[in-house]
Amino acid sequence: MAESKYLTEHYGKPEYQTLEGYKKLGGYQVLEKALKMQPQQIIDEVKASGLRGRGGAGFATGVKWGFLPNNGEPRYLLCNADESEPGTFKDRLMMERAPHQLIEGMIISAFAIKAKKAYIYIRGEYTGPAAILEKAIAEAKAAGYIGKNVLGSGFDMELDLYIGAGAYICGEETGMISSLEGLKGQPKLKPPFPAVQGYLRKPTIVNNVETLAAVTYVIRDGAAGFRKYGTEKSAGTKLFSISGNVNKPGTYEVPLGYKLMDLINIECGGLKPGRKLKAVVPGGSSAPVINAEECERATLDYECLAQMGTMLGSGAIIVIDDSNCMVDVLSTITHFYHHESCGQCTPCREGTGWMEKIVHGIVHGEGKPGDLDLLLKIADNMKGRTICALSDAAALPVLSFVTKFRDEFEYFIREKKSKVRGGQIYAQMHA
Amino acid sequence: MFKLSEDGLKYVKNELTRYETKQSAIIRCLYRAQDENGGWVSPEVIQHLSEVMEIPAAQIEEVATFYTMFNKQKVGRYHVQVCCTLTCGMLGGRELTDAMMKEAGCKKTGETSPDGLFTFSKVECLGSCDTAPMLQINRDPYIESLSTEKAVQLVRDLRAKAKGH
Repeated sequence: MAESKYLTEHYGKPEYQTLEGYKKLGGYQVLEKALKMQPQQIIDEVKASGLRGRGGAGFATGVKWGFLPNNGEPRYLLCNADESEPGTFKDRLMMERAPHQLIEGMIISAFAIKAKKAYIYIRGEYTGPAAILEKAIAEAKAAGYIGKNVLGSGFDMELDLYIGAGAYICGEETGMISSLEGLKGQPKLKPPFPAVQGYLRKPTIVNNVETLAAVTYVIRDGAAGFRKYGTEKSAGTKLFSISGNVNKPGTYEVPLGYKLMDLINIECGGLKPGRKLKAVVPGGSSAPVINAEECERATLDYECLAQMGTMLGSGAIIVIDDSNCMVDVLSTITHFYHHESCGQCTPCREGTGWMEKIVHGIVHGEGKPGDLDLLLKIADNMKGRTICALSDAAALPVLSFVTKFRDEFEYFIREKKSKVRGGQIYAQMHA
Repeated sequence: MFKLSEDGLKYVKNELTRYETKQSAIIRCLYRAQDENGGWVSPEVIQHLSEVMEIPAAQIEEVATFYTMFNKQKVGRYHVQVCCTLTCGMLGGRELTDAMMKEAGCKKTGETSPDGLFTFSKVECLGSCDTAPMLQINRDPYIESLSTEKAVQLVRDLRAKAKGH
């Protein structure tokens, strides 16, 4: 699929990390083009391109930008580089290999939405990428791409890096805004949406790293050019982070609509010899799991996966073969959400705790009849009842794992051991 | 009593004016103070930052306690944070943590080894699932694509390194 790459075309070249190398390979030329356009033209082009948010929600980027009120208030652009959805590591690759790609996309986007101040919010653990970004921002400033009167266009723009300190919830846009304000990273009720009242209650657009970088290619090729790849409702290419039981895990850029099994078998070199595919989590840990039969039919676009009752999410694909115990896999997921719940809303704070406790019990051979129905009931009660989507995100894997792999859960409760590996799984060997 | 170094004070003063509000400087200043305090945020650290930053201690404490990367208890020289979520969990992150802890002489996570060198935490997804299992020591670059043998060797190497100094 080499011909259908724009984001990762030059990722194999180490010089692409530097300003000089990036420019030699065509970098910052699109910025020059964009600065000669009207901001509204750029917004219209992004709208027409069908670019959707690459962070997880898949909301139309141009439509989001269109929510900004025209009230003369200062506007902010906030890049979501918190990348914490389990299974996701694509933004890290971009920030490491092509920091200027993100910066160019951010300057174009800030110009389009008339934001004079932009922040990149990067998760605290990403100290390596943060250092690379700080250097790249300094290079871009020195070269006049950031600062007063960008390339003589009359547009002023500042860009700074803000670092988090370990909290999944800061990837939620209003949680991120709270964190940027120096508070606990707790989400805020919407409406008002950040585009209307965000950082310091000023209009703020929050976009993912990959989304902002893709804007550059929308402007370079035009909306029609961008739509050359992908489907009607899922335009362009996307980065997929693939991990788990494949021979070549990693980040791959493929057109949206690409077949999941092709990605697994061609790009990732398939499964280990003798292993059979059991399940795939297709869009980060929050996305409902699909079984092997569903994988055969799955294409990597927003609409196909939604139709299957799951989601494309951040493009994080976790491949699970038949050597894994689904009860054990779910136990790390329920632990994650309990640990990461911010504690504001009762259904989430309590629900994640109870779900973890019940799954933990089952995986340690203490499951009781009725546990599965109780799990499903708790999960069902957590949906749509909280300030942010973490509660739903915690409920969905539980509902899908228990429903689709119920026989493994029932076996575990009945026999007090896993159905796979003759029961030799972590919880029982190291209890 | 904890006090920031002269360089640390300069750093904090600079951060206070870096963002739109001085509250936004709390995270970076907490990192700095944690580093200067041997890897953890004590009540004295919060008190001192509160005075230097002229921000109520309660506000600094709420940030320090909300985010996992601020250690509220003493840790060893090497705070070994092993990812155990989903992919890392599937590919041996938990087994590897147990083996490293045994080698280091830690009975449970959060406990520092008798030689004061190691504290282990099982942490949530670090965004490096293609190189699972993996870990991060303090805030240093990730150590990736591990096996139990490599991880145990890492403990031995770090111990040897610490003794050499």
